[in-house]
Amino acid sequence: MQSTPSRGEGPTDSPVPPLLEVRSVAKSFGSVAAVQGVSFPLYAGEVHALVGENGAGKSTIVKMLAGVHQPDTGTLAMRGTDVAFSHTADAKNAGIAVIYQEPTLFPDLSVAENIAIGNIPLARLGQIDRKAMRANAVSLLTRLGVSIDAERPARGLSIADQQIVEIAKALSTDAEVLIMDEPTAALTSIEVERLFTVSRALRDQGAAIMFISHRFDEITELCERVTIMRDGKHICTEWVADLTVDEMIRRTVGRDLAALFPKQDVEPGEVVLEVQDLSRAGVFRDVSFTVRSGEIVALAGLVGAGRSEVMQAVFGVDPYDSGTVRFLGRKLKAGSPRRAMRAGMALVPEDRRQQGLVMDLSIERNVTLPRAGALSHLGLLVGGAERREAHTWTGKLQTKFGRISDPVATLSGGNQQKVVLAKWLATKPRLLIVDEPTRGIDVGTKAEVHRLLSSLAADGMAVVMVSSELPEVLGMADRVVVLREGRVVAEIARADATEESVMYAAMGEPGGAA
Amino acid sequence: MSAQRTAPVVTGTGEAARPGGRRRFKLSTVLRIRELGIVIALVILVAYTTANNSRFLSSQSVRDILLSTSILAVLAAGQTVVVVTRNIDLSVGSILGFSAFSVATVMAANPGLPVVAGLAMGLVLGGVCGLVNGVIVRFGQVPALVVTLGTLYVFRGITYSWAGGQQVNADELPRGFLRFANDAVLGVPWLVLIGLVVIGSVSLVMRNYRFGRELYAMGSSPEAAELAGIRVARNTVAAFVVSGALAGLGGVMFASRFGTVDAAAGTGLELNVVAAVVVGGVAVFGGSGTAYGAGLGALLLTVIGSSLAVLDINQFWQRAIVGALILLAIGADRLVAVRIARGLLRKDVHA
Repeated sequence: MQSTPSRGEGPTDSPVPPLLEVRSVAKSFGSVAAVQGVSFPLYAGEVHALVGENGAGKSTIVKMLAGVHQPDTGTLAMRGTDVAFSHTADAKNAGIAVIYQEPTLFPDLSVAENIAIGNIPLARLGQIDRKAMRANAVSLLTRLGVSIDAERPARGLSIADQQIVEIAKALSTDAEVLIMDEPTAALTSIEVERLFTVSRALRDQGAAIMFISHRFDEITELCERVTIMRDGKHICTEWVADLTVDEMIRRTVGRDLAALFPKQDVEPGEVVLEVQDLSRAGVFRDVSFTVRSGEIVALAGLVGAGRSEVMQAVFGVDPYDSGTVRFLGRKLKAGSPRRAMRAGMALVPEDRRQQGLVMDLSIERNVTLPRAGALSHLGLLVGGAERREAHTWTGKLQTKFGRISDPVATLSGGNQQKVVLAKWLATKPRLLIVDEPTRGIDVGTKAEVHRLLSSLAADGMAVVMVSSELPEVLGMADRVVVLREGRVVAEIARADATEESVMYAAMGEPGGAA
Repeated sequence: MSAQRTAPVVTGTGEAARPGGRRRFKLSTVLRIRELGIVIALVILVAYTTANNSRFLSSQSVRDILLSTSILAVLAAGQTVVVVTRNIDLSVGSILGFSAFSVATVMAANPGLPVVAGLAMGLVLGGVCGLVNGVIVRFGQVPALVVTLGTLYVFRGITYSWAGGQQVNADELPRGFLRFANDAVLGVPWLVLIGLVVIGSVSLVMRNYRFGRELYAMGSSPEAAELAGIRVARNTVAAFVVSGALAGLGGVMFASRFGTVDAAAGTGLELNVVAAVVVGGVAVFGGSGTAYGAGLGALLLTVIGSSLAVLDINQFWQRAIVGALILLAIGADRLVAVRIARGLLRKDVHA
């Protein structure tokens, strides 16, 4: 445990006490010890990474720092003095701002109100100062380099934009400690870069930033130090420069990890999906591509390029204006996900909380939901068949859970994603569409999901993967279809796909593959 | 330095807001259609009814409509505060009855008491009932629908057992208290004035004060409200206290207007109140809606009731029409929401 202040090279001066210190805290929920005796300091002027697999206790640490949970034993200290947060407002007043993994905006309030909610500026007679509120929102959004209308309601913002608003919200409180719980999970490279620029500026102004991410390249790029947790315990706090990525991964998972992106080479079979000149006014135009069995085709592009929208139109969730979708040689009627499912398509959506899972239902019910018809006898769902089926698929995916009758909401993010996958794989599809399949899940689960997709393709399934993570796209895809502003701008074969060729096409830079 | 920094920011805003600005105008018109729709419906209804029977717009008839509306509107304003937080208060009819009977009894026993004392007493009694609701909802972690359904019977039961079949008659009440309902200031009856003041101040607080915005936030996303450090417990209880207090005030208005009060006063009124709120454009799942919309909803419902009577249409139809109106209101909300979502999506893609 190397928690002594830095000597010379670091961003801190040794005699200064840490801005925030976690002192051997422990927290249990029922019989589960989420965090056991974890200590680490957070200094002003540093970006500090907190790393661990899902379930390692990171979120519990974050919630204790945010005042949502209180430690069972141990204390938190700010500038050397003990503090106790009994409410989120206490942490906020102490200067700690948290950006949660799941955006926590108010859909009915305007963007400006969302940003100001913690400290609304007041004018005459205690009334809200709308002008100041708007001006503040606009200046924060400008500082973050985005053009979101401050007056629009938060409802309907893309996840990336919601995250940006969250960050603006945190900045608006002039927080000294900024805790970001996987802020980059839904951002594209450009947005990540913008976030890093802002983070560095804040750090240079003396803020302490705690950065939680599953992406080790981001950690090496942004962070000075890293604290690694595993199974609720503190493993180490080290200078990032002293560790290789492999070493960080090894300490995080506690074992050596094989290659992260193990796509097997498969000889593609017959054409499964043929999309021709698909257009939807204002969303995408003249999109054409084919997918063969055994192939993984990645749809790459910036957030807002229309990738998810294209696949939702193909699946029938959204309508399209013109063009055709042929599936297994037959023309597929538009606008009917039911038909698409019957024909053998499955779509695993990006936002698993909103679109993929019924959080309050049990794991087994969620897995068998799309197949309830096939499993029922005379319209009655019989428990046995449902349970067997659920066990088969969750077993294949190595899903970790207490009992199969537990609500899905009790699972960690990675395991929820597996339940979503299990749910759709149980329909035995010929074409699997996955939208951001590894968003917000840890390194170990990610590798399992990748291995699974790869073996599904090897068994002859056709896979379309929408992903914002370039390494994932490059590692997994046989072909990369790049979209920009609703149009296909490039189709790059695996051999020619590099970070540069895909990004150039996605961003429309001169000299790119477009 | 601040001046230097302000200049580019303002330009930036201008540029960013121009395309958005046009849309914002459209958006707000769409949203205003809600209140506009009610106004148009009112105008058509009044015009049609008057064409059939000119007495519909006689001063006595208008006065009756406005007096009834003002009581309903006061309760609807309170209900709005609760519904916006994604809760509901079904006990308002019983609170009104409790307050009406209590205040009438006290006024009858103490003829010297000024009207203001009666009003204050109604507010306090109602507020206490609301406090009970709020505390059980928040600290018992029970859905408001169930809690207030329970207190609906409890408050009514208390009133019945206290009254024991007795009623307070108009001739027992002080003249000043009865006159209060009929007296007018500059041609506006006191009750209508109270209704307007309540609607106005609730609208103002909901729109321009932190407390109001926090209520919308709580209804919009309860989890996020907790994380944002909003005092959800305090605000929830406060919302129920406001609703209860206004229902209590409504009880005093009721007693003053009708004079004869028994334990059944206001029975079933809660459904009219919820209907007024929903027709007035307050989202049942919280997060949006205005008190003046709810007030317009109350006016529309009252006018429908009177005009059906004037047009000699079977009173039983009234319920069916109110029901259809609620369905229409909810349908219109969905339509507007879908339109807005589509508009925003399109804008995002172009951006």
